[in-house]
Parts: sequence; C-alpha cells; structure tokens
Amino acid sequence: MPVGTQGTIKGLTNNQLEEIGCQIILGNTYHLALRPSAELIDDLGGLHKFMNWKRALLTDSGGFQMVSLLHLADITEQGVTFQFPVDGKPMLLTPEESIQIQNKIGADIIMALDDVVKTTITGPRIEEAMYRTLRWIDRCIAAHKRPDAQNLFGIVQGGLDPVLRDICVRGLVDRNLPGYAIGGLAGGEDKDSFWRVVAQCTAALPEDKPRYVMGVGYPLDIVVCSALGADMYDCVYPTRTARFGTALVPEGVLRLKNQAMANDERPIDSTCTCMVCRNYTRAYLHCLVTKDAMGSQLVSYHNLSYMMRLSKDLHTSLVEGQFPEFVRGFLRAQFPKGNVPEWVCNAMEVAGVDISTCCAPITS
Amino acid sequence: MRFAVTRACGGGGGRARSGALYIGGSTTTPIETPSLLISTRKGLPTFVSRDHLAALPTPDSLLLHVSPLHFLDCPSSKTISNIGGLHQMLGLHEHFFVAAPRDSLESLPESEGTNKLGASFETPCGRRLIKPSAYMEKIASLKPNLWASMADEVPAWVSEKRNKTSVDRTLRWLDECLALDPAGGKTMLGVVVGGSNIEERKHCAIEVATRNVSGFWIGGFGLGENVEERSALLNAVTDNLPEEKVRFISGLSLPEEVLQGVASGIDLFDSTYIYHLTLGGFALIFPFKILDHNNLDFQLDDTVGDRAKINLRATIYRKDISPIIANCSCFTCQNHTRAYINHLLNVHEMLAHILLEIHNTHHYLGFFRAMREAIKGGKFDLFRQRFVESRRIHLTAAVLCS
Repeated sequence: MPVGTQGTIKGLTNNQLEEIGCQIILGNTYHLALRPSAELIDDLGGLHKFMNWKRALLTDSGGFQMVSLLHLADITEQGVTFQFPVDGKPMLLTPEESIQIQNKIGADIIMALDDVVKTTITGPRIEEAMYRTLRWIDRCIAAHKRPDAQNLFGIVQGGLDPVLRDICVRGLVDRNLPGYAIGGLAGGEDKDSFWRVVAQCTAALPEDKPRYVMGVGYPLDIVVCSALGADMYDCVYPTRTARFGTALVPEGVLRLKNQAMANDERPIDSTCTCMVCRNYTRAYLHCLVTKDAMGSQLVSYHNLSYMMRLSKDLHTSLVEGQFPEFVRGFLRAQFPKGNVPEWVCNAMEVAGVDISTCCAPITS
Repeated sequence: MRFAVTRACGGGGGRARSGALYIGGSTTTPIETPSLLISTRKGLPTFVSRDHLAALPTPDSLLLHVSPLHFLDCPSSKTISNIGGLHQMLGLHEHFFVAAPRDSLESLPESEGTNKLGASFETPCGRRLIKPSAYMEKIASLKPNLWASMADEVPAWVSEKRNKTSVDRTLRWLDECLALDPAGGKTMLGVVVGGSNIEERKHCAIEVATRNVSGFWIGGFGLGENVEERSALLNAVTDNLPEEKVRFISGLSLPEEVLQGVASGIDLFDSTYIYHLTLGGFALIFPFKILDHNNLDFQLDDTVGDRAKINLRATIYRKDISPIIANCSCFTCQNHTRAYINHLLNVHEMLAHILLEIHNTHHYLGFFRAMREAIKGGKFDLFRQRFVESRRIHLTAAVLCS
C-alpha cells in the first residue's frame, strides 16, 4: 500500500496510480485530522469522495504519529495525551476518539488504537503496552459505529517477547476481527528478531484473515514476510527514496544522482515497462532528480510501479505454484555474489523455501 | 517548416492575423496561430507529466518552448546526441520544440555581464556566459524543430549607446549562428531587438528581414518597457518584417499583453503566466467565449479576487466541492474539487501544482482558440475590447459598492 499521508500520494494523480495497478492506499489519521480535519472530510462525504479515489483506503489510528512526531506525547490508560501542534493545547486521543475520527474519514479498513512501544525498549513497559492494547481493542470495537462499511483491524503488540506476542495474538483472535496487523516492528530492531516475530504471529493468526505487517518496507523484507505468510504492507520508502533520487531496481537501488549516471543512456530498469522506463534514460533523470519537481514525480512513478510489479509477481507466483522459483530469482538479482544475509536464510528455512542455490558455498 | 497567413484582419483589427504553422512532415495537422508555447524545465513542463500533457487539447498543446541553457551542465552534448536529441530524450515524438535561451522564468538575460564574446544569463546554476559557438553546439545536439539565434536583450532603461550595441551584437551573432547552421537557416528564427527605441527597432527588423531565416523571434520585451509605448515599438518591428514569415515573442504572457501583441501582428507567445499562476495557487476562471452573447451580463460573484482567477488557498474554498470551472473538460475539473486543491495547497503537496498547471494550461489554450475564432470571423477588435472591459467591470463595481 503506497502511503498517501495527507490525502495524496506525493506527485502522482489517481489515474496514474490506477494505471500502475494500485488497489489500496493508506491515509494518515493524525495528519488528516489536523488538516483538513475529520469533520470537513465527513461533511464532504468521506475521504474517498474528497480525494476522488475510487479504490480502497486504509487509515491508521493516529497513535504512531503522535508518539513519533510529538516528543511530549504521553500514554496513559485513558489514551495518548499530547500537545496540539497548532497551539500547544493539551489534548487526548482515546481509542474512542481515534475510531470516531476514522469513522468520519470513512476508509475501508481502519486500525485500532494500540499502545505502541519501540522494539529497542526493554522491560515491563512492553508488557504493560501489550495488555493495554488488548483493553483498548475492546474500547475500539465498542466505539466503532460503522462495522458494516469499515473493517477494524487489531494490532498485535508485545515487543520482541514471544510470550507476550502469543498472549496478544490469542486475545485479538478471540475478538474475531476482520483482519490483523503485526505492529511494533520496522523501528530499528535487528532483522533476526524482526523475522522471528513475524513468523510467530503469522503461524498463530487465522489462515482466512489478512495479515498486515505495518511499516514494512524494503522489497527484501516484503519478500521474506510474504514467505512467512503475511499479506499486506505499507511503507513510505518507495516514494520518499524517489524524492532523494534513488530508484528501485531488481538488483537493489540505483542512485540517479550519482555522477556515473550522467551519461548512462539506459532506462532505470530494462525489465520494467512503466511509463518512465519506456521513455527516459538514466542520464536525463540524473539532471532532474532533487532539482526539479518532475524528477520526484517520475522516480516516484517508477518506484511505485516497481512495488506494484513485485506484489503482482509474488501473488502470481503463489497462485501458479512457482513461489520458491520467484524467491530464488529475486535473491539472485539482489545478491549476485551469493551473499544472502543470514537472517534471510534462517527465515526462508522456517518458511520452507529452499534458497540454497542462491547462497554462496561456505568456504571452510 | 512552413507558415501561411490564413486571415489578416486589417481595419479595426489592426495587424492581427491568423495563420497555420506546419512543422514536421507535410501531413501533420498545422498549429493554428495565434498560439501558445508551453514553458518547460529541461524540456518537460514543470509539473505536467507526459500522460497529462497528451490529454491537453491538440494540436494546440504540441508546441513546447525549451531553453538550451537548461542543459548547460547535463546531459553533455555528446550524450544528448547519442540519445538522439530532444524528441528522443524526452519521449515526446509528437511534440514540436522551439529553442530560445531566454525562458522568462529562470534563465534571464543579464545584460550587464554580456560582452562582445557572448550573452550573459542568470540561471539556476549561477550566472553563465554563452558564446555563439557553444550555443550552436547545444542546438546541434538537441535538434529542436525551430530555434532562435543568440541575442543581446537589454532592459528598457539602458543608455542609447548600450541599446545600439545590443542591436549590432544581435545581428553579428545572428550571422555567426547562421554560418554555423548546417541547415542554412531552414529552422532558424532571427531575433529582433532594439529596446525602447523606435528607430533601433525598425533598423534591427529591416536588417534581420534581409537574412535567410525562416521566421522571427522578437526579443527584448517584458523587460521594463511602458505598456503605452509597447504597441508603437511592436509595430515598428512587425511593419518591417515580411508578412508571410512567422513571428514569435517572449516576455508578453498576460492576456492583455497577448492581445496587444496579436494586434501588432505577433503569432506565438510564451506561457510564463501559467507558471506564475500555478505557483501562486491561482486557477484561471475568466470567460473567453465573450463573442457568444449579444447581451453581456456581468455579475459579481463571490469569488475572491478578480474575475480572471481564483486563489485556491483562500479559506472560502475549504468546503467548495465544485470544480474550478463547471463545464471545463480538463483532467483537474473532471476529477477534483476546489476543496481538495485548497487542502493540497495548505499542506504543501505537489499534486496541487500538477492539477493547477493542467487546468491553467487548458484554460489559456481555450482563450487562444477563442481569439483565433474572433480573428477568423473578422471580430478581433470587438473581442479585445470586450475582454478588456470585462476585466475592468469588477473594479468599477467595487468602486460603486464602496
């Protein structure tokens, strides 16, 4: 899911998003509640109508932005207390309020307000946050006025502790929600811990409900999490890195700002059929990136096309029973010398995908 | 390239004329003039990507103005040549590029630095001096459909001596460019300067007209001359240029300026007006089908500002779910509301400018189309008069109200 923070994917129009195969985008409740406000969006018929986006929308709870953007945010049993950015007034975001705002915005999928802690934190705070998340999900469910139109997902917390994660998963599954997110990751934890939490959660969550790993991420992370049984992802990475002049390619990344690109007459990716790769050379894009708005637009367009293609390829390979082949091809392109990171090897082993041919032999 | 005058107004319409510009093969649909050169940054519009550009009315939107100065640093001339020139590099094979150094936006003539060796410009990469040989090298690699020779454009307040020097230099550089042109002037536009001096303007025009060029680029306007003296200066030029060759101008972009230029016999204008409107958050709303009604009923509506444009940053648009213009067929008006654009502007999102540039370009092209129809119907004078009146109505009403 591309992230359309403020009700737009930066630099792209709706028809372009539809063209590249985008089916669902994410809007940030915190930003939208600030501007133009949930009331206005509601008055004008909901976010779909406001943006004129005819496909699906997902909104997050607003909690994460508060904790990450506002350094004076504080979490209590009531909710998240913070200073309103415009005038410094103390405010409180409760689970009820978050759901109410999301009801007004009107996205197809809405997220419960969870007590999210950084995975780099240790100690009793993590346990407290996990239990609070379970208490808050009940408040979210009670406050949800439109369960027929909007699907409320719960978020599994519990840090890196398998016991806590297990309790949280069970608690959420008991509530029989339409879908489940794996939260609290993608925040700087080591990759080995990261995949293990994902694996544990996907193993325990119901087979017939979507699993959404929040904040993921890099193409490699998405491939690994998909192998482990996850279904949905969101990340600002493709569009943000585009604005810095970095393009996503099967080999990894292409830094278009680099002087080596100045005379490179090839497209970004010769295997890509997007509008940008069909029409522009690296040399020309090198001139535009970080200097002209069009540069941001074009590289964002390509990067999102890349992500849509990756998603489609993952899906198709699973449907056609070619998933391990696809993963091997993906890894070979990214790691031609066979230096696949150990965490990936470990994760794929648990996922049951044989990637031994992609890894360089261990020299004794 | 071929140009033909299809209707010359004469009489009250002055020197206004409609024409047909044939670029590329003879089978291509001609560009009808008066028309607009769409401003570009490194060959592409500032915000409108190729797919949205293709959705604008054609063939009106096929003419793009490109400044070779945008490519001074990269890509190298060799790389541009290897790629195949502008059309290939930009993937715009159906479009036509007219190259001239001054873009009136970010590549601005800086007359104090200009000397006998070359013309000085303020560019985003700093102040640069361009020599004719370097200029022609860039032109050769870019391969535009048409290109203007190098000129020394000076502002209106320079001394007579400096102005005279600018004319001499411009003619000398014209001849140098022509000598370096393998096509011998077939796609070349000779530049006419002369500042605010009628005699110099006349002299320069007469001289340029003797050269073997395919059309003319009228420089030095929009650099501080009086609106009142502008018509006389323009006429001094156009009266001394052959009727059957096309005339471009830079620096006159506002609707009133365009009308003034058309009245003096100019065929093509740049579109920096659209750029400034877009950056400022403005959307054009002025009606241009003003010859359709016999009884023009000017009513004040509650739009903020004048009747020409609305400032979509204004809070009165926060909940306005109407499009910018009710029956406008552009992508923006067909898909989005004033309220949404207001929101995008307030949160500084790029999509605001994309949507505004699409609408403003579409609308301004409509204005040119209406103007052409007026000329072909022999009613240009009436069109111009009514247009100017309609712009003043809101001022009159405001005065009456207070």
